[in-house]
Amino acid sequence: MTIAVAKEIQTGQEPKMEPKKAKKIGIPKEIYPDERRVAATPDTVKKLQKLGFEVLIESGAGEAANFQNHAYSEAGCGIVADTETLWANADILLKVRAPQMHPTLGKHEAELLKSNHTLISFIWPSQNPELLDKLAATNASVLAMDAVPRISRAQKLDALSSMANIAGYRAVIEAANNFGRFFTGQITAAGKVLPAKVMVIGAGVAGLAAIGAARSLGAIVRAFDTRPVVKEQVESLGAEFLELNFQEDGSGQGGYAKVMSKKFIAAEIALFAQQAKEVDIIITTALIPGKRAPLLITEEMVSSMKEGSVVVDLAAEQGGNCAVTKPNEIYRYKGVTIIGLTDLPSRMATQASQLYGSNLCHLLTEMGGSENYKIDLEDEVIRGALVLHEGKITWPPPQLSQPAPQPVASSQPKVHTPKEESATTKSKANTGLLWILLAGSALFALGVGAPSSFLSHFTVFVLACFVGWQVIWNVSPALHTPLMSVTNAISGIIIIGGMLQISGAPTSPTTILGAIAVLVGTINISGGFLVTQRMLKMFQK
Amino acid sequence: MTNNLLTVAYIGASALFILSLGGLSNQETARQGNIFGIIGMAIAFIATALSSQVTGYGLLATVILPGAIVGAILAARVAMTSMPELVAILHSFVGLAAVLVGFANYLSPDPELVGVEATIHEIEIFVGIFIGAITFTGSVIAFGKLRGIIGSKPLILPARHLLNIAMLVLSVWLGVKFMEGATFWENIQIPQNYVAILTQEGLQPLLIMTAIAFVLGVHLVAAIGGADMPVVISMLNSYSGWAAAAAGFMLSNDLLIITGALVGSSGAILSYIMCKAMNRSFISVILGGFGEGTGTPSSGAKPAGEATATNVEEVAELLLDAKSVIIVPGYGMAAAQAQHPVSEITKFLRERKKNVRFGIHPVAGRMPGHMNVLLAEANVPYDIVLEMEEINEDFSETDVVLVIGANDTVNPSALEDPTSQIAGMPVLEVWNAANVVVMKRSLASGYAGVDNPLFYKENTQMLFGDAKQNVAAILSKLVESAQPMITTEKVLVS
Repeated sequence: MTIAVAKEIQTGQEPKMEPKKAKKIGIPKEIYPDERRVAATPDTVKKLQKLGFEVLIESGAGEAANFQNHAYSEAGCGIVADTETLWANADILLKVRAPQMHPTLGKHEAELLKSNHTLISFIWPSQNPELLDKLAATNASVLAMDAVPRISRAQKLDALSSMANIAGYRAVIEAANNFGRFFTGQITAAGKVLPAKVMVIGAGVAGLAAIGAARSLGAIVRAFDTRPVVKEQVESLGAEFLELNFQEDGSGQGGYAKVMSKKFIAAEIALFAQQAKEVDIIITTALIPGKRAPLLITEEMVSSMKEGSVVVDLAAEQGGNCAVTKPNEIYRYKGVTIIGLTDLPSRMATQASQLYGSNLCHLLTEMGGSENYKIDLEDEVIRGALVLHEGKITWPPPQLSQPAPQPVASSQPKVHTPKEESATTKSKANTGLLWILLAGSALFALGVGAPSSFLSHFTVFVLACFVGWQVIWNVSPALHTPLMSVTNAISGIIIIGGMLQISGAPTSPTTILGAIAVLVGTINISGGFLVTQRMLKMFQK
Repeated sequence: MTNNLLTVAYIGASALFILSLGGLSNQETARQGNIFGIIGMAIAFIATALSSQVTGYGLLATVILPGAIVGAILAARVAMTSMPELVAILHSFVGLAAVLVGFANYLSPDPELVGVEATIHEIEIFVGIFIGAITFTGSVIAFGKLRGIIGSKPLILPARHLLNIAMLVLSVWLGVKFMEGATFWENIQIPQNYVAILTQEGLQPLLIMTAIAFVLGVHLVAAIGGADMPVVISMLNSYSGWAAAAAGFMLSNDLLIITGALVGSSGAILSYIMCKAMNRSFISVILGGFGEGTGTPSSGAKPAGEATATNVEEVAELLLDAKSVIIVPGYGMAAAQAQHPVSEITKFLRERKKNVRFGIHPVAGRMPGHMNVLLAEANVPYDIVLEMEEINEDFSETDVVLVIGANDTVNPSALEDPTSQIAGMPVLEVWNAANVVVMKRSLASGYAGVDNPLFYKENTQMLFGDAKQNVAAILSKLVESAQPMITTEKVLVS
C-alpha cells in the first residue's frame, strides 16, 4: 500500500494529457449543521486525479476538517467559490451528508443536481423516501454509500465500516473525557488505582474499535454480542467475551445481527443488569438494519450504576440502546453521564474525511475511473449502491444471492460412516491375527530346523530390529534427511564383510570382489557421515 | 587382536550406532549423534583391521583411501537441493557392495560348514545378493530420475505386475537350482583359468539370478513416479539395511546384522510414515503408478469459478499488512532453488514483528525431510519450521499463507471430495487462512492428476511464474517499501 501511494504522489503532480475530455468531480461544502467532514482531502484528490478525473472543490469545503483551500489548490484542485456553479460544472458530485435544503441559497440541493449527472453520498434511502422522490425528479443517477453491499469484495469502499470504526474509537475518548478516573490501574506512591471496567455491547466494527481503544487505555473490557462467531475477535483484542448460558445464533444477513427470541432477550437483560452494577462505562453499539435500535439498557440499570459512571450510546440516532439517551446531548442522569452524540465521526473530521474520501476513490476505481467511467448494472457492488439510475428509482436492489453461510460444512466430509469403520477394523484384526500365526509357525520351524549358530545370530537380528524400531520413532520429522544419510553411512559397515575377504591371494576373485566392495563401501561411509555433519551444522535456532 | 576383544569392540560399535540414531531425535543432540556414529564406525573398522583374519594391509589401504577421498568430495560438493540424488547413489553403493561381498563369500567357501548349516549359509548368500542387486539398480534408477537423466514419469509396462511376479518366481527357482549346485553350461569358450570358476557348482544360477534381480530393481523403481520418490528413497534405504544384515548372516558377523537391522527398520519406518502421509498403502506405492485408474483425472465436476491472478506488488502489500504468515513450500521451491530469497523474506518479516512460520507436509519434496534441510541451508531457524500436525489448526488465525510450489499437499478435495483420488490424504488446510497466495507456473494439476479446487477459492490468489524470480521480486518490493513506510504512514490510513 505504501509504495503505491508514494508513487501516486509523485506522478500525480505532473500535468496529465488526457486525449478524452476528463470527467469533472465536484466537492461541495457540507451544509448540515456542525458537519465538519468533507468528501475529499488533498490526498484523495491526488488519487482521483490519478484515475483521470478533474477535481473541483467549493471554497472552504475542507476548512472544518483542517484542510485549507491552498492545500487543495496545491494538489491541483480547482477552487470554486460559488455553490451553484460547482454543482452545474461537475459531472460527479461527492458528498458526505444526504442532500438537504441549502440554508443560504434557499434551494434544495437536489434541485442543484443536473440531469445525467451523478451524486455519490450517504442517502439512507429507506429512511428518506421523499428525498429519493425529489432526486428522481432530476433525471440524475445517485449512488448511496450506505447501500454498498457488505461483501468481501466491497470492503474497501465500505464507508459505514470506516465511520463505525471512528465512532467506536471516539466513543471511548468521549467516555474518558467524562469519566473522573484513570482507565488503567496503577500502583502509585499515593496509593493504588483500580482499572476502569468497560462493557461494550455489540462487537461489530464500532464495537471492536471501542474494545481496542479501551484496552489500549488500560481498562478491563468485557464485550457482549448475540453472534457467537465474534467471540474470537473480541478475545483477540484482549477483552472478555460475556456469554449467556443459552444457545441461539444471532448472525443475520450482511454481517449484522438479527432480532432475537424473547427468552434470549430476557437472559441478555439479566446479564446487563448484573454487569451494570459492576462496570464503570457502558458503550452500546447494537443496531438492527432497518429497525429501531434494540433497547438494552433500562432506566433501572442506569440508576443502579455507580456515581460518575458513563454510558455512551452509539445507537442514539436510531432511537438509542439506552432508555434515557437524549440524541445529540451529553447530560447527567442520576449521577451517570449519558452521551448520546450522533456526530462522532464528524468530531474526528480529518480522519473521517480521509477514510471516506478513500472509500469514494475505491468506488470510482471500481466504476472504471474517468476514461472507462460506467454505471455497470451487472456489477453487484455498483448495483447495490445505485438508488437512482437516470431518474429511475432502483431501490431496493434485487436480492443478492447470499454466499452459502459460514464454514461448518468443512468438517463433514471427514466423517466416515461407522459401518465402514467397523468393517475395516474387523479385517485389520483378522490380518493381525494371521500375521501372528504366520510368525509363530515360522519361529517354530526355525526352532526345529535351524542350527544353533544361526539361531544366535537370528536372536541378535530380531532384537536389533526392535531396537531400531523403538529408536527411529523418536526421530523428529525435520531430521529425516539427516537420518537417511547417517543410516546410509552406517550401512557402509558392509565394508567389514569386504575386509574379511581381501587377505587371500591378490589375484583371486574373492580378493578382487572384496576390494571393490570395500572401495564403494568407504565412499558411502565418508560421504554419508560428512554430508550429515554438513547438514546438521545448518540447523540452527 | 583376539576374537573376544573383537566381539567387545563390535558391541561397543553397535551401542554407538544405536546412540547415533537416538541422537537424531532432536536438533540439539543430532550433531553429537553423528559423532557417535563416526566413532562407532572407526572402532569397528580398526578392530576388524587388527583382527587375525585381515592381513592384506597394502590392498586395504589402496582401496580405503581413494574411497574415503571420493566420499568426502561428494559430501562437500553436493548442493542441498540434490541431497536426494546423493542419498540415492549412496544406497546403490551399499547394494553393490552387498552383491560383491556375497559373491566373494561364495567363491571362498568355508569348509567347516556342513549339512543344514551349509544350506542356510547358501540361502543367506542367495538372499543377500538378491536384495543387494535390487537395491543397486533400483537406487541407480532413482538417482537418474531425481537427476532428471531419466524422465520422472512412471514407466507403465503392460502386465507389469505379472512381469514382477514372473521374475520373482524365476529367482526362487534359480535359488533351488543354486542349492542343488547345478551348472547349466559345462563348456564355455573363455580363457582357461576362469572356466574353473564359472563352472563352479551353483555359480551360474547365482549369476542369472543376479541379472534378473538387477532387472527387477530397474523395473520396480521405473514404475514409480516423481512424487512418490520419498517412499522409494526410504524403501531403498531399508533395502540397503537388509542387504547389510544378510551379509552379516553369511559372514556370521553380529555387528553387520545389528547395523543392517537398525538401518533396515529405520528405512521401513520412514516408508511407513511417507505412505501414511499420502494415505496410500505401501504395496500400492511399490507396485508403481498412482492408484488404479492411473493418470486419469477424477470424474467429479471440475472446480467451479475462476482463479484470481495477482502480482508481486499486491503480494508484498499483503505481507506487509499481515500479522501472521505461514509459508508452505513444496518441491517447486526446491526445483526453483528459491529457498534463499524465501529465507530473506522470512527474516525481513520477522524483523517487523510478524509471526512467520513454515508448514511442512511430510511428503513435500523428493525425500523425507527434504524441505527442512533446504530451509536449514538457507538459515531459517528450525523452531519456526513446523510439521503439518503442529500447524494445521493455526491456519484459521493466519492472515496470509504463501504456497510455494506445492499442489497436492494443499488440495482441499482430499478432505472434501470423497471420490477424489487423493481422498483421505492428510493435507495442509491452507484455505482456512484469510488470504492464500499460490505461487505456481500454471493452473495445471499436480502429480496425482487431480484438479486443485484451492486455486478457485475466493480467498486464493495465484501468482504465476518462476518461484525464484517471484520470491526475489517480492523481497525487493518489501525492502523498497521499508524506507517510505515511516514517512507515508499518514497516507496509509485505509
